[in-house]
Order: sequence, then C-alpha cells, then structure tokens
Amino acid sequence: MILLALILMPVLAAVPAFFVTRPGARTALLLGCATVHVMLVARLWTMVGTAALGGWLGVDGLGLIVLTVNSVLFIVVVSYAVGFLRAQRAREGRVLASGMLVFLGAASLVALSHHLALLWVGMEATTLSLAPLIYDRHDRRSLEAVWKYLVLSSVGIALALLAVFLLATAQPSVAGTRPLVLDDLVAGAGSLDHWWLRASFVFAIVGFGTKMGLAPMHTWKPDTYGEAPSLVGALMAGGITSCAFLGLARFTQILVAAGLEGFARPLLLAFGLFSLVVAAAFIIGQADVKRLLAYSSVEHMGLLALGLGLGGLGTYGAVLHVLNNGLVKGLLFLVVGNLVLAAGSSAAADMRGMLRARPVSAMLAVLGLFAITGSPPFGMFLSEFAIVSGAVQQHHPVVAIVALALLAVIFVGIARMILEIVLGARPAAPLVAIDRERPWMVLGPLVLAGIVLMLGSYIPSALQQQLARAATALGGSAP
Amino acid sequence: MHSLAEPILLLVVLTDFAVLATSRLSACIRAIASQGVLLGTLSLVVDGAWSIHAIALALGTIAIKAMLLPWFLRWAIREASVRREVEPLVGYMPSFLLGAAALVVSFAVAARLPATGSGPLLVPVALVTVMIGLVVLITRTKAISQVVGYLMLENGIYLFGLTQARRVPFLVEAGVLLDVFVGVFVMGIVVFHINREFDSISATNLSELRES
Repeated sequence: MILLALILMPVLAAVPAFFVTRPGARTALLLGCATVHVMLVARLWTMVGTAALGGWLGVDGLGLIVLTVNSVLFIVVVSYAVGFLRAQRAREGRVLASGMLVFLGAASLVALSHHLALLWVGMEATTLSLAPLIYDRHDRRSLEAVWKYLVLSSVGIALALLAVFLLATAQPSVAGTRPLVLDDLVAGAGSLDHWWLRASFVFAIVGFGTKMGLAPMHTWKPDTYGEAPSLVGALMAGGITSCAFLGLARFTQILVAAGLEGFARPLLLAFGLFSLVVAAAFIIGQADVKRLLAYSSVEHMGLLALGLGLGGLGTYGAVLHVLNNGLVKGLLFLVVGNLVLAAGSSAAADMRGMLRARPVSAMLAVLGLFAITGSPPFGMFLSEFAIVSGAVQQHHPVVAIVALALLAVIFVGIARMILEIVLGARPAAPLVAIDRERPWMVLGPLVLAGIVLMLGSYIPSALQQQLARAATALGGSAP
Repeated sequence: MHSLAEPILLLVVLTDFAVLATSRLSACIRAIASQGVLLGTLSLVVDGAWSIHAIALALGTIAIKAMLLPWFLRWAIREASVRREVEPLVGYMPSFLLGAAALVVSFAVAARLPATGSGPLLVPVALVTVMIGLVVLITRTKAISQVVGYLMLENGIYLFGLTQARRVPFLVEAGVLLDVFVGVFVMGIVVFHINREFDSISATNLSELRES
C-alpha cells in the first residue's frame, strides 16, 4: 500500500499541479507532496523486505538507498524552486511543477521495482518527465540540448529494453518462477542460460550506461546539464543517474548470482576507468561551470561503475557513493545555479568575485568543491577511499593508482575554477540581479551540506546495515 | 507459431528496406505505419491462441504505432512543410547496401543463437529491424527521419519481445507502449520547435553546443 502510494501520489498530484492557476497553490502542492514522500520513505526504513503487487514491488537495501537519495533531493529541489520561481517569474511554472512530480513518481517506481521490465518503464518515464524542463529558456541552444538528450537517451533506453527481453529469454520457463522478477532470477540463477545472460549484460551496460552518462556514451551530458535550469540539473545528476545505476546494479546482481562475475567485472572496470579519463581530460581547461559539473558527474559515474566492477570493499564503496554523489550533486548544482543567476552567465570568466556578491552561496560552493572532490571530512572521502582500497584488496593495484592520479587531476581542475569564481576579481559587467540572496534558495543546499558532512564521520546503524546488505547482494563485502 | 507469421515477417523486412530506399518523408511514414499494422497482427498470430491479452495488445499496438504516431508525424511534416530528406550523410544506394549487409549478418548470427522456440524467422527479422533502425538514425539528417529510425529500433526490440510474449505481463507491455508513445510525442513537439526556430528541421543545424 505504502509502496504504491510512493509511486502514485506524485504522479496523480502532477495533474492538479498542471491545471492550478495560482502559483501559491502550486508551490503548496509541491511542498506538501515532497514532505509526505519523505515521511513515507522514512517509514519504509522500518519495513525492509515488504513486497507488493505479487513481488513486483519490494523494498531492499539498494533500492531503499536510491529511493532515499531521490526523495531527499526532491524536497530540497522543491524548496529551492519556491525561491527560483519567484525570482524568475517563469511562465512555465506549471510545466516545471508537473514534470518534477512525474519524475518523483517514476524514480520511486525504479527504486521499488523488483520486476525488471517495470523498472524499465520507470526509467523511461524519468527520462521523458524532465525533457520539457530542459527547454526552459526557449532558445536555440536549449532546443539543441533537448534534442540531443531525447535522441541519445531514447536509443540508450531502447537498448536497455532489449537487455530486459534478452534476460527474459535467458530464464527457463519453470512452473512457479515468475518471469523477470528479481528475487526469482537470483534464486534460480543457476539455471539461467549463460549465453543470453552475457548478451543481456552487454546491452544493459550500454543502455543504462547511456542514462548514467558513462563515457563514451556521455556526450549528451555536458550539453544538457549546461542548458537545463540548475534545479533540473540537480535532479538529473543526483536522481536519474542513481536510478540508472540501480538498473545496471540489478543486472550485475543477477550475473554475480549466476557465477558470471568474471564476465561482468572487466566490462564495468573498463567503462569506469574510461569515464574517469574522459572526465579528467575535459575538466582541465573547461571554461563553463555547468559543463564542468557535467564532466564531474561523468567522473562519479565512472567511480560507481569501478566500485561495482571491483567487488569486495569496492562494491560497498559504490553503494555508499550513490548516496554521497546524489546529495553533493544536489548541493553543487543549486548553489552554482545561484551564482549563475547572479552573474547572468555560466562562463567562469564572467562569474568572478562571487564571495562579495553572493557570500552564502559562494561559501557553500567552496564546501561543495571539497565535498565533490572527496576531501575529508565529507562523506565522499569515505566512499572514494572504500572504492580505492577495494581495488587494492581485490589485487588491482594498477586500477587504484590510475584512479588516484585521475582524481588528483580532477581535483585541481575543479578547485581552480570554483576558487576563481569565488575569489577572483569581479569583472566590469554588473550583476544581473541586484537583490540579496533569497533564503529559500540557500536553505536546501545548507541542509544537504550538513548531511554530507555528517556522513563523513557518522553513518547511522540502520544505514550501515542496509549498505552492508546491498553490497553483499552485489557480490561485495562490508568493512 | 502460426504459419501466417512467416509471410508477415517477410513483409516487415520489406518495410525496413522501404524506409531505407526512399527520400520522401511521407513514404517513410507510410512504411513505418504499415510496419505498425504488421506488428499488431503478429502479436495475434505468434501465440496461436486468441487470448484477450493478445487481442488487447494487438489493438493497442495498431492504434499507437500504425495510427496515432504516423498521424502525428504527418502533422509535424505538414507544419514544417518539408517533404524530402535532402542530404543524408550516406547516400540511398550505400545505405541500401548497408541494410542488405545487416540482413545477411542478422541471419548468420541468428543461426548460431540458442533456440527461443518461436520459429526460424522472428529473431533474425528483429535483429535486422534494430540494425536498419540504427542506420537510419545515424545517417539521416532530418529530425523527422531520425524519429522514424527510433521507431524502427523500438519495433525491432518489440519483435524480439514477441519471443517472450507469453511471459511478459500485459501491464508491462502497456507501459512500454505508453512510454514509446509519449517519447515520440515529445520528440515531435521538439521537431516542431526546431522548425520554428531554425526554419528547417535538419538536425545538422544543431551544432552550437560543443567543446571549444
């Protein structure tokens, strides 16, 4: 019941959100929906193992973590949207509100699906729900961004559907087993056809990898994140990517259970390392802060694939990294969005001197810089440390060294730009918006910064338990 | 597997090549619409049994893939007043040969695959439709042609899904159809805007965003 409510409530709320004419009522609807969703998700933490719809929906460690990331990110983005919509007088407030609500429902469906085709339906719906929101400025550049996003994501997601059908072919029809239901696939993994299973995984890694933005399927990402409003970017970089990772992780879980980890792991490692290389190459010398964040997202997706491919402690690190990455991406996209709005441009050269112009957002951006690059005492330090020590533990010392070197390069690239924006001398161009920072637009990022700071030193025992369960299911181990 | 399935599958291959060979967008749309009808009929034939499930799926497929979407794409080209694919990146003859190569490869690959228990033609035809869809997506420059290519790709995957028709439940099939419908619908809206903004619907105009 509660599982269905998590999916259907936001989708149903999207209808009045579109037709209500008063902006105040729309904001109230968004905030109300987000609050109820977070409370229901909190309740779900005491109900792990619950299932609905004959086992098609269920609550397990990994799904719960992805669901929590999306729910927390959503309430933060909604609180930010309250300020954003006032500042922008956006004509398209209703498209924004209803698109975001459909996204929340679809993301919940992905996180709760234990039926892989249902997971696919949710994944495609998350993609489509945010497409109209990219075309927010109604100009040529945003049009081009939407088109690239739609075509590349649609092809990627179509290949993921082929992966689902191939998986169905791999599963023998035996009375009593439910086709494409995760629990039955894992339980009967021994009888799956290895040939079809391998084919299915190849398409899954390309399909879900496109949605995650693993290189070389990442080309839509800088354009889309560069053109989308920052709050949509936050939902994409923190939310959609986590959902896509979950899809890939489900396939990995089945391959591991079937004893094919020797096939899956090298593929994941290769895509992971290549993404780190591409991210490092394009972060150095990047001139646009939103595109910089997009390549940073490619980097973190690479780390996730790497952790998944390493097994052992690395997989535990990857699961923890989903949580950290989702929250930190939300923080950074929103505060950088504030700075971009103030400067009227996302080119770093036009944005210098933000410490005086927007002190709170600028300080948060510096915190975000250290959080995203995995510096202590932030949560990402722990998850990146776990991934790298996983590489050492699993006898991949070369992977560990290459990853560390690339992370160092990326640190320099991101730090250089953020510090230039915060501390550099203000160019002659005046600020677009003279007024002060709006509390609504820094409150959410402040909360996110607090959570990632806490995750760096203290992981609640309930979370630790689910992290360990998720890592074990994926063939890894908890520390 | 009903004996009617085989001629229908051969007709599906013909519609694949019809899209490859023509420069007139309206002919492309007609071909993709007939492919929709063939797919709907196949889902009735492939199972052999006329269950409510199969009938509902067939009607849904025909309504969306053969009627709604083609109608919508025709609206888009009428609004944009484009009739022809002007400059494909790869000419019609080479892309036709590419399609023929894809056909050979599909049958060669399918012969080596473990059996799915759904006749000798379904899997190779699915593969060739996926491949030709990708060829159209990559080599054509008009945004509308790319939408047609995407639809073919989806149709090929749908054909492969028919090998598992009895095991994929109706709710999921309905969800897949709905997603495809909304996806193409959103693409169509974007095509409309591209036309208004650029006075042409060539995707090659979309090249402002790149690393400098």
